[in-house]
Amino acid sequence: MELLRKLTQAFGPSGNEEIVRGVIIDEIKDYVDEIKVDPLGNLITRKKGSGKKLMFAAHMDEIGLLVTYIDKEGFLRFSNIGGVSPYYSLYKKVIFKNGVIGVVGYHEKLESMKDLKFDKMYIDIGAPNREEAEKLIHIGDVACFFGEFNVHMNKVTSKALDDRLGCYMLIEVIKSITNHTNDLYFVFTVQEELGLRGARTSAFSVEPDYAVAIDVTDTGDTPEAKPMALKLGKGPAIKVKDSSIITHSFVRNLMIETAKENSIPYQLEVLERGGTDSGAIHLTKGGIPSGVLSIPTRYIHSPAEMADLDDVKHGIELLKLIAEKAL
Amino acid sequence: MLLKTLTEANGVSGNEKKIREIILNEIQGYCDDITVDSIGNVIAFKKGKENNNKKVMLSAHMDEVGLIVTGITDSGFIKFEPVGGIDARILISKKVVIGDKNISGAIGIKAVHLQEPEERKNAVKVKNMYIDIGAKNKEDAEKRVSLGDYIAFDSPYVEFGNNMVKAKALDDRVGCVILIELLKENYVYDFYACFTVQEEVGLRGAKVAAYTVQPDIALVIEGTTCSDVPGAEEYQYATKIGEGPAVSIMDRASYSNKELAMMLYEVGKKNNIKVQFKQTTFGGNDAGVIHLTGIGVPTAAISVPCRYIHSPVSVMKLDDYHGCMQIVKLFLKELEHAEIRKWEVIK
Repeated sequence: MELLRKLTQAFGPSGNEEIVRGVIIDEIKDYVDEIKVDPLGNLITRKKGSGKKLMFAAHMDEIGLLVTYIDKEGFLRFSNIGGVSPYYSLYKKVIFKNGVIGVVGYHEKLESMKDLKFDKMYIDIGAPNREEAEKLIHIGDVACFFGEFNVHMNKVTSKALDDRLGCYMLIEVIKSITNHTNDLYFVFTVQEELGLRGARTSAFSVEPDYAVAIDVTDTGDTPEAKPMALKLGKGPAIKVKDSSIITHSFVRNLMIETAKENSIPYQLEVLERGGTDSGAIHLTKGGIPSGVLSIPTRYIHSPAEMADLDDVKHGIELLKLIAEKAL
Repeated sequence: MLLKTLTEANGVSGNEKKIREIILNEIQGYCDDITVDSIGNVIAFKKGKENNNKKVMLSAHMDEVGLIVTGITDSGFIKFEPVGGIDARILISKKVVIGDKNISGAIGIKAVHLQEPEERKNAVKVKNMYIDIGAKNKEDAEKRVSLGDYIAFDSPYVEFGNNMVKAKALDDRVGCVILIELLKENYVYDFYACFTVQEEVGLRGAKVAAYTVQPDIALVIEGTTCSDVPGAEEYQYATKIGEGPAVSIMDRASYSNKELAMMLYEVGKKNNIKVQFKQTTFGGNDAGVIHLTGIGVPTAAISVPCRYIHSPVSVMKLDDYHGCMQIVKLFLKELEHAEIRKWEVIK
């Protein structure tokens, strides 16, 4: 669990993935044949094989806040990086790359909480004025949620399970693979939260025969939740569709059959809104048959995302078997 | 003056012909190769020194926001739709010109005393506006205007006040002028100046231009929003007029390459040229599609602040425009020695 803790707690809002990338490189450098970083910052690693080219992708970035203005009193105005909710952010702690901690506040004169927008919010780092604030923070600096890592009742809660869980699973797969004929590419992408950007360019350079993205997905298993047929602890989810992709039947069935053959629990996922890296990958060049393995996760894009560790474990098992299966 | 000529010429998205002609005429003789591609982009190429290993692409878009004719009423009034992002509230009582023959018209609505109380409370919608070209009836109007004709604002270039300019289409003719000037310099690397089409309807020209060029580094030169005006708080300004060109950190379409963005900013600071960061993240420009081309392209954007952008009366300060030109020139010089990483091979 130490690795998952390290990964989730690492700082890495979209466009600022360098620390996460460093953690991953350290973990895998002895287990892969090639490691490259591309122009946008994607980490492309390879375990060579003579067979089909199979690409696994998990994104390194997380959502965050970007400082756009520092006022005379030392309060920071900000914009969102990716899908940050004003409600989720209110009175939450955020942390900058240099360790500065801030609290997100709002204009208390606001008539209704329905009007809560980032335009009416600020980050308070406790600075008495602009000069003091500018000693620590500059326009363009970014922060992510401060969200501790805990494990309880076999559930992990932390910030950035989206998608450090995916990164963690790929690292574990890389370490556990014993024999394989597939030419395996493990790609850790950037800027997924800004629109699947790193996946698009990395798929262009890797040009795989098949691709699988690993990401988190919503569940419908909390009180009065929006209906969704996914539950924590019932196995990793094999995606059928979301708003970015209808997964390719070959890849989807490969995952389903492999899970069945090996008695690995799984759930099928239909996500109404949202997308993952596969959405960009499957439309690259002449088209790449792609699928997604998701880990059911509650409270996505909050500082306290929650997932089940058995789902993670079973996800790793399934991915390893797929990687090792001659395609 | 080129900026006057270019802003007074009409080139609503998809109809950039006149702008292209002016630009082609200006850049003849300064390039090793000039291509007009199938979508209408101008790709001007200057070969670098031998053994150079860099392709640098600069881009500015030729098109401007405007309107298009969608119908003619029985009594000869012109119905229209916007092309690109226009706030409908700025349209009423504006002078426009329609089609290749530059037919003059004025945008009207029914008089205030004829409006229902409900109508008076709400902003007038485009569907309730029309253009009056002084036609007798439909037949008369059809002699001068056709469905699908482009409509541009009629707004001359005016210098006023404290070194300020009022014009339409500063977004992005100001970028085009800078690009034209840059073509007159020499570079050690391969230099591509792309004058793109259809930016205002979705970054379309830049997408294919970048595919053709496959650059190693790209820089977008733009006119961008500036709201340093009464009613806005300072933190909402986006940019401030007179504070120099604005370097983008992030917008809806791209997160600028940090090394390039910092280089632009530092070049300004080092040389005592005013420069600012753009302080909001709305909107997007050609960088959005360029940086995702092929294996990915390190890309940045620098813009001249324009108040009332996307209106007939956008306003900029000439100092910001000159500052932008200077900074980009110095930046391009510095780029000769800069190591902008493409691939980093760790193992």
